Amino acid sequence: MKGLADIVTYLGRSILHILGFSGYTILLFFRSMGYLRNIVRRRHEIARQMFNAGARTFGVITVVSLFTGMILTLQTGIALKDYGMEENIGNIVIATLTREMGPFSAAIILIASIGSAMAAELGTMKVSEEIDALQVMSIHPEDYLVMPRVVALTVMMPVATIYVNTLGVIGGAVIAESHLGVSFQTFYLHVLESLWFKATYVGLFKALVFGMAISSISCAHGLRAENGARGVGRATRNSVVASFLVILIIGYYITDMFFREGL
Amino acid sequence: MIELVGVRKSFEGRTVLDGVSLSLDRGETFVIIGMSGTGKTVTLKHIAGLLDPDGGDVFIGGVKMNGAAEDVKERLRMKMGIVFQSGALINWLTVFDNIALPLVERRLLPAADIEAIVDEKLRLLGLSEAKYKMPGELSGGMKKRVCLARVLVRNPEIILYDEPTAGLDPVMSRTINNLIRQMKRDFGVTSMVVTHDMHSAYDIADRIAMLYNGSIIQCDVPERIKDSDNPIVRQFVRGMVEGPIVVE
Repeated sequence: MKGLADIVTYLGRSILHILGFSGYTILLFFRSMGYLRNIVRRRHEIARQMFNAGARTFGVITVVSLFTGMILTLQTGIALKDYGMEENIGNIVIATLTREMGPFSAAIILIASIGSAMAAELGTMKVSEEIDALQVMSIHPEDYLVMPRVVALTVMMPVATIYVNTLGVIGGAVIAESHLGVSFQTFYLHVLESLWFKATYVGLFKALVFGMAISSISCAHGLRAENGARGVGRATRNSVVASFLVILIIGYYITDMFFREGL
Repeated sequence: MIELVGVRKSFEGRTVLDGVSLSLDRGETFVIIGMSGTGKTVTLKHIAGLLDPDGGDVFIGGVKMNGAAEDVKERLRMKMGIVFQSGALINWLTVFDNIALPLVERRLLPAADIEAIVDEKLRLLGLSEAKYKMPGELSGGMKKRVCLARVLVRNPEIILYDEPTAGLDPVMSRTINNLIRQMKRDFGVTSMVVTHDMHSAYDIADRIAMLYNGSIIQCDVPERIKDSDNPIVRQFVRGMVEGPIVVE
């Protein structure tokens, strides 16, 4: 009986903690957006964060995107070949990339590399009293630290998504030509045929929302870090897990919202 | 100038401050001593409004800090600066940019004036050579001096020092002590200093309070603290191993 009570207490506490933290994250996002008026003043920090999100992940995004397109083409193309429909592989690759795979691949890479770094950086600042120092100087962390990171990732996420889609198509074209016997020209004709405007802008919209969510979640975990290095490690890990879960949930609801009635 | 009335604070069920009351006059240098983990830094953070007490009140210049609206806290914080134990420097800014940060953010002065003010503080604290260094290139003592310079550029009425001489060589410790006295003498700054360094405490304090088990067990002028009858205070200030304080 006592064991059951402990489990219920633990679950209750966990739910309350998750709800409280979600509220804090949403508030943090809106508070940081309240400082958008300072966007010109913060341009150097925004540029630094954009550089981190772009240049520093360029290599890994390139490899992941190429292989995503290659795997997608190989797996789907083999199945299509059984029905003699391998020429349509371009349609499937572009539809999958623009609607889901592009934004998700970009998000997963940026969560792992940039979101975790944001949580660790702000977490370290928190435990080494730098956040307290800013507050005593009447500098708001939401303005000085959070807003530039949210803006940078919100801008860079769609850019990364376009890059993932483009390289995914290139990787797919190479495999289509080498393994399925589909010429580059045929592949690209089918890609263009299925490059629907709605799928593209919904994919980019998803990326934009993912950027806001990942940066807000990462900053929130960083700013709530405590208890030294162990606390920073915990904040970083939790920010990655929470970001993954949240983009899956948001991704589903955006798809449902825009594609319920079809294209 | 600063008043704490029955301040209580617990973290995860552990009581750190248990009804702390104290009062600082304008221009006074007040030193808090005590074992590690007895709530000295927590006391400073309550005064700066970085923590709210579970019970009791904190007043700055007669205005209640705890529970105040953010703009009120901000106004009160404008009057104060904290010299953090670790320095708390922003690690992607140079020494110059760290010191200039509060002035740059406030946008009240032109860049040339800011540079002149920062250069003056760099000279005062013997940091001119380190002007364009990054925090990662500085020793612990230098970081602390940069932090102090960052506080001084704002000309605060209240300065809170968290272990200002810890990790400094004796010459630099004396320089910091002189600076604390100079801030009081020339500008009437009210200072609260948290320290383990009894030489420094006797050197700068108008009054010394000892925090033990979450309460102030004695608050007096340095001479009386030095010759205290309280066995806990006596053991601490004389650094004796034997006595009522048991190190676990």
